[in-house]
Amino acid sequence: MRSDTILNDAARGSSDPRQRRPIPAWVATTALLLPTYGWLTLAVLLPLLTMFVFSFMSATPMGKTPIVFTLKHYRAFIDQPYLINIAWTSLVIGFWTTLLCAVFGFLAAVALARATVGRMRETLLVLLLLPFWTNGLVRVFSWTMVLRENGFLDGVVHMLLPDIGSVSFLYTRYAIVLGLVHGYLPYMILTCYIALSTIDDAIIEAAASLGARWWTILLRILLPLAAPGLISGAVLTFVPVIGSFMEPRILGGKVGVTMGTVIEDQFTQAFNWPLGAALSFTLLAVVLAIFATFSGVLRRGTTA
Amino acid sequence: MTEITRRNALKLMSATFIAGAAVSMLPKMAFSAGTITVLNWQGYGTDEAWSIKAFQEATGIEVVHDYYSSEAEMLTKLRTNPGTYDLVILNAARCAQAMAEDLISPIDYAKVPNIASVAANLRSNENFNKDGVGYAVPWVWGLTAVAMREGLPKADSYAVFGDPAYKGRVGLQDDAVGAIAAAALLTGQDMNNPKDLDLVKGTLKGFKPNVKLLWSTEDQWNKSFAAKEFDVAMYWSGGAVRSRRVSKLPVDFVVPKEGGIGWVDGLGIPVGAPNAEGAHAFANWMIDPKFYVEWATKAGAPASANTAAMESLPADDLSRQIHKPEYIANMSIMSALPDDRREAFNNLWQEVKAFYAE
Repeated sequence: MRSDTILNDAARGSSDPRQRRPIPAWVATTALLLPTYGWLTLAVLLPLLTMFVFSFMSATPMGKTPIVFTLKHYRAFIDQPYLINIAWTSLVIGFWTTLLCAVFGFLAAVALARATVGRMRETLLVLLLLPFWTNGLVRVFSWTMVLRENGFLDGVVHMLLPDIGSVSFLYTRYAIVLGLVHGYLPYMILTCYIALSTIDDAIIEAAASLGARWWTILLRILLPLAAPGLISGAVLTFVPVIGSFMEPRILGGKVGVTMGTVIEDQFTQAFNWPLGAALSFTLLAVVLAIFATFSGVLRRGTTA
Repeated sequence: MTEITRRNALKLMSATFIAGAAVSMLPKMAFSAGTITVLNWQGYGTDEAWSIKAFQEATGIEVVHDYYSSEAEMLTKLRTNPGTYDLVILNAARCAQAMAEDLISPIDYAKVPNIASVAANLRSNENFNKDGVGYAVPWVWGLTAVAMREGLPKADSYAVFGDPAYKGRVGLQDDAVGAIAAAALLTGQDMNNPKDLDLVKGTLKGFKPNVKLLWSTEDQWNKSFAAKEFDVAMYWSGGAVRSRRVSKLPVDFVVPKEGGIGWVDGLGIPVGAPNAEGAHAFANWMIDPKFYVEWATKAGAPASANTAAMESLPADDLSRQIHKPEYIANMSIMSALPDDRREAFNNLWQEVKAFYAE
């Protein structure tokens, strides 16, 4: 009997020699998880559920308008077909942002993980993440100063090539993607960096000693082994980007009409929360559908 | 005495931070005795520092502000934070809406002696009254029309937004009601209830080659105009005065032959205001000729609803020149929209914006 208890305690990592009733494992697990799940339920699931209920209402349930159940907000894409174009624009912006983040982020992470050592690496990592610590709004507005007509970029180009026309590309889709890439690149660098830093140097040395060139090492060893980081970085980037509204609004001007800004307008301008909620959940469904389509790739990538 | 080590310093800093965070989480105390909370656009009269200081010296009441960046946001704030605000600045159109939803309470005009010289037709505006009871103190009026860069030929019609001469040089307001009003007036319709919405939509879509920017705040308008991003734009008359006087921008304000898009802003007291007494006093202060003249000459202001205040302005005053009495004659005043029309307007504008973005 006593030896059993000791064995149990040892299995749970306790070496207290005093006789004590062990806490059942499930109690400990529950106690440890309770704060997190309690908080998630309170702060995320309940408001989300409220929004889901809102999306079936005929009017925002504040004020005196009578509320009836309706599905009409989920028909928005049929009633207002221009929304399909907007949704497509959002997906395209999301695609390009994620792709550019993946390319730049992966290369930066490779440089960080393979080409530098010790203090140098830490300094570079901090330098890469430094812009991430500033407020997103500040970053976006500073881009408007750079990109606008007679702005910083325009001034520099005109100093070098006085004859060239205006090079402002503020209020274009390129400006939106630029701002978004800037904003979300750190996620990609971090996830890729973590994946790359777990790769054993010996594998690369072995490949090199067998005559593999740098591109073979990059494409056949680093890329597949870092795929989990690349994929989680892509998910972390793509999902918020297609719902983003600040960057499109400020950098896109009149072309910055995306699902994010349409949804934001429903909440702040039109006071049509049900429509805003319904559009959000439709967008969520589209994102889930995209992930479901590529689930095979995603699973293979993350377990590789 | 404890040694000042790095660890101790860190402990102290963390404790201070946690205490600060905890205190900021406490519900805001209602300092109703000497404070009123005003909900308004930023930089719009009520938050002039000199005026707040003088008001506090005169009455002992401290004025604090919360801001909104769209009228819909203002209504949202009233709906979701009852008992927070003492005075709210609302457009006549939104006032009717707030009145219908019981968001604002009747005004005790006995506590607002300056109301005596407020233009009677503004005071009796249907948007400010329900069942013969006044729900707002008419504060200022003005109009939305066309602002142009100085030196350009003055436009005589809203058709200038579609004039090929201004390709890529036009700034429209990102506001469903304003944009639709301009297009409705241009096509000879009632801007509060245009019968032919498709014509309005087509007219707005026709502006596409010219539209460079959809602006939403005065600050954005000024920055973009200063950066020469556009030459012709929809703009507020009061904003034009401020842009000329404060920002020294070369702005000409033009009212087309179709007439301006008129508005009246009122001062309303939300239901459950913690300090309604102080709010009445501040509303009276806001339409006082002394405050108005100083506001209009120091910063630039829309025309006061108080006739006595307008007459106190010097004859060469920019605001007096821009708010010509004849503009009132042919200006249409925005009124409240029923929900279905508002939704139709919003959807139309969303569609037009999507078309501009293509």
